[in-house]
Amino acid sequence: MSDSSSFQYLLRLGDDRLVLGHRLSEWCGHGPILEEDIALANIALDLIGEAALLLKLAGQLEGKGRNEDALSFFRDSIDYRNALLVELPIGDFAFTIVRQLFFSTFSLLQMGALERSSNGDLAGIASKAVKEARYHVRHSAQWVVTLGDGTEESHARAQRAVDDLWRYTGELFMADAIDTDAAASGLGVDPSAFADQWRAQVGEVLHTAKLTIPPAAYMQRGGRDGRHTEHLGHMLAEMQIVARSHPGATW
Amino acid sequence: MPDSRDQTTNATDGEPKDSQWPLWEVFLQPPNGAAHEHAGSVHAVNAEQALENARDVYARRGEAVSIWVVPSLAITASTPDDMGPFFDPGNDKPYRHPQFYKVPRGVRVF
Repeated sequence: MSDSSSFQYLLRLGDDRLVLGHRLSEWCGHGPILEEDIALANIALDLIGEAALLLKLAGQLEGKGRNEDALSFFRDSIDYRNALLVELPIGDFAFTIVRQLFFSTFSLLQMGALERSSNGDLAGIASKAVKEARYHVRHSAQWVVTLGDGTEESHARAQRAVDDLWRYTGELFMADAIDTDAAASGLGVDPSAFADQWRAQVGEVLHTAKLTIPPAAYMQRGGRDGRHTEHLGHMLAEMQIVARSHPGATW
Repeated sequence: MPDSRDQTTNATDGEPKDSQWPLWEVFLQPPNGAAHEHAGSVHAVNAEQALENARDVYARRGEAVSIWVVPSLAITASTPDDMGPFFDPGNDKPYRHPQFYKVPRGVRVF
C-alpha cells in the first residue's frame, strides 16, 4: 500500500469526525435543554478529539510535514474526504439525533474493526473511539426512540429525518480501491463488510421507535472523492476563518 | 439538596408547572465500596435519559464508578421548621455518644 493511499484512507476517517464534530458544535448554546446542550457538546468534543488524532497520523503517513491543524484549516472542501452524510446542515433536533445514530452505529462497527489494525497508532485511536462511540450510540438511540415513539409532532419530525437522511447512508459502506488497499494491507477495513450489521442494528432501533425505513432508493455519493454538497464550503469558511486570518497564531 | 417541592414541580400532583422536564437527583459512588453521595440534579423525561444526563454533567472526568438517579419527587425532605427538636442530639443523654469506648490500636478511624 502506497503512502499516499494510506494517507487518503486516514483522511476519510479523520474528516468524517472533524466535520460531524463541527456540525454538532453548532448546537452549543442552542440545545433543546441545558442537559442535552451539554451532551451534544460532549459528543462534538469526542469526535473532534478523534479527528485530531486521526489527522495527525494522516500527516505523519503523508510525510510532508502537515499536522492536524494544517490539514483541518488549510484544505478546501474539494480536498476533504468525509461522507456527505456528516456535512449536511444540522436541521432540527430530530435530524441531528437521527444522523448521530446513523453515524455512531457506523463508527462503532468501523472502529471496532480498526482495533485490529496493523498500524499500532491507529489501533490505539480506534480503541479510544470505540468507548466513545458506544456511548454516542446509546445516547442517540435513546433519543430516536423518545422522539419516534413520542408525540405526533416528534414522530413526524423523526420520520422526516429518517426519510431525508437515508439516501446518504449508502456512501458509508461503498468501498473503492483506497478502502480495499487499506484492508488488504491490514491498515484499514473494508466498510462494505459491516453494512448488513449496521442495517440490522439501526433497523432495530427504528423499529422500537415506530419509525420506518424508506424504500430502497438511489444512494448519494461523492464526498470520498471530494465532490461535496454546497453546504461543506460554507461550514469550512466559518471553521477556518480564524486560523487563516492569523496563520501561525498560537493560543 | 433541592427540596422536592421546589418551583419546578407541583407538590400535590407532581406535574411540571412549566415547560421544564421532571427533576432527578443524582448520586455518585466515588470509588468502589464507598457510599453514593448526592452530586446535584438534572432534568430528564425518563430514567435512562436521567442517567445519561447525569453522566454528561457530573461524571465525565472519572468522578464515579456508579450513578443513581432518583425522581426528586420521591424524596421526602425534612422542613426547616424541624430544625430544633428533630435534630436535637440530646446532649443530656451521653449514652448516645460512643465516647466511652477506646478505639483499639490498628483500627482505622474515619
